[in-house]
Amino acid sequence: MLDKTGIAKRIAKEIKDGYYVNLGIGIPTLVANYIPADMDVVLQSENGLLGMGPFPFEGEEDADLINAGKQTITMLPGSAIFDSAMSFGMIRARKVNLTILGAMEVSENGDIANWKIPGKMVKGMGGAMDLVASAENIIVAMQHVNKAGESKLLPQCTLPLTGVNCVKKIVTELAVLDVLPGGGFKLLERAPGISVKEIKNATAGKLIIEGEIPEMEI
Amino acid sequence: MNKVFKNADEAIHDVTDGMTLLLGGFGLCGLPENCITALVKKGVKDLTCISNNAGVDDFGIGLMLKQRQVKKMIASYVGENAEFERQLLSGELEVELIPQGTLATRCMAAGYGMPAIFTPAGIGTEVAIGKEIRNFNGKDYLMEMAFDADFAIVKAWKGDTMGNLIYRATARNFNPVMAMAGKITIVEVEELVEPGELDPDHVHTPGIYVHRIFQGVNYEKRIEQRTTRQHDQKS
Repeated sequence: MLDKTGIAKRIAKEIKDGYYVNLGIGIPTLVANYIPADMDVVLQSENGLLGMGPFPFEGEEDADLINAGKQTITMLPGSAIFDSAMSFGMIRARKVNLTILGAMEVSENGDIANWKIPGKMVKGMGGAMDLVASAENIIVAMQHVNKAGESKLLPQCTLPLTGVNCVKKIVTELAVLDVLPGGGFKLLERAPGISVKEIKNATAGKLIIEGEIPEMEI
Repeated sequence: MNKVFKNADEAIHDVTDGMTLLLGGFGLCGLPENCITALVKKGVKDLTCISNNAGVDDFGIGLMLKQRQVKKMIASYVGENAEFERQLLSGELEVELIPQGTLATRCMAAGYGMPAIFTPAGIGTEVAIGKEIRNFNGKDYLMEMAFDADFAIVKAWKGDTMGNLIYRATARNFNPVMAMAGKITIVEVEELVEPGELDPDHVHTPGIYVHRIFQGVNYEKRIEQRTTRQHDQKS
């Protein structure tokens, strides 16, 4: 089973040289730590920055320089600043190559829910609805089951949707799965020490298993 | 042409009960702190506030929420404010949550003189309920209307007395698009300078969009999530 760092490391392998990438809050943020040093990858923060760098050294925090998670950050050489309308313009126009975000639920046809639990929690969608409606390549980083032990990979989402037919790939502590265009979670890789049966038991939606499923390399 | 006001109290003197305000900033970054303080002091109420976030309990729009000055909040993300959540769940506060890009682009549309935009954000979700959907090149888009706000209240880094503005780092965020979108735009700046002191090539918001400007004071610039690294750490 992978921890959060493991999930982030596995997702980092999906990033290619030259990509512009938007990382959501939570596990996706950790992905930045595992992008190979020899790759040119530019991180987009939807509050208006391309070229996001690591956290500042203590004492060098700048209140005017934060990421979309409101954390203090730095800018790398070659960064660019822009306003919120342009930020979502480049997202809508598909200039951002890869979007990585968290989810509460994903359905077997690629619907995603991650912004609201009616009666309990209302945080808002932030930029997630814009990102999932426009991004060509969306990877979800999340736990396979929720705290109550229920699967988060479902035939249909039960929570209010963030977007429809949009998730392409899911990386959890148990597995890597593709969401097929015709519907269904295709199992690609198992986490170290995890059996296909354990993944089956944790997946409520349609799980497609073809041939031997390799263990992931991290 | 005199756009220069003495302070926030004077710049917002004619904001009255029931008005709609666009308020710049992202989280606590790039907030018009002086104007928010002045609005709290003035005690105007039944406001509709349009801003990406609702501040935190004791800073930003959170201060106006605490005084029950806000009737309706239009925002994209409100996760950091307990008082906000309480008023929302108890029904005291009307809230419209909209996608962040939709929020920004509805401002932009107002500033560009366009009545509406088409965006894919929210298709297939409850955001789309009751809205017109148009299909372009095989993809569905929601029609979203340009904002119609009485005042836009924003913060810039530097501005000149003609209202030309320059923002700094990610404190830019919603400020330029909101500055373009108000019937009356009020700007507070950290440094007010004379015409000619800003390089025209570096101006982000041309002064034609700005009606009032003043030199702000006592910026707290609170940090919401102070994250740092050690010197031997990669990130």
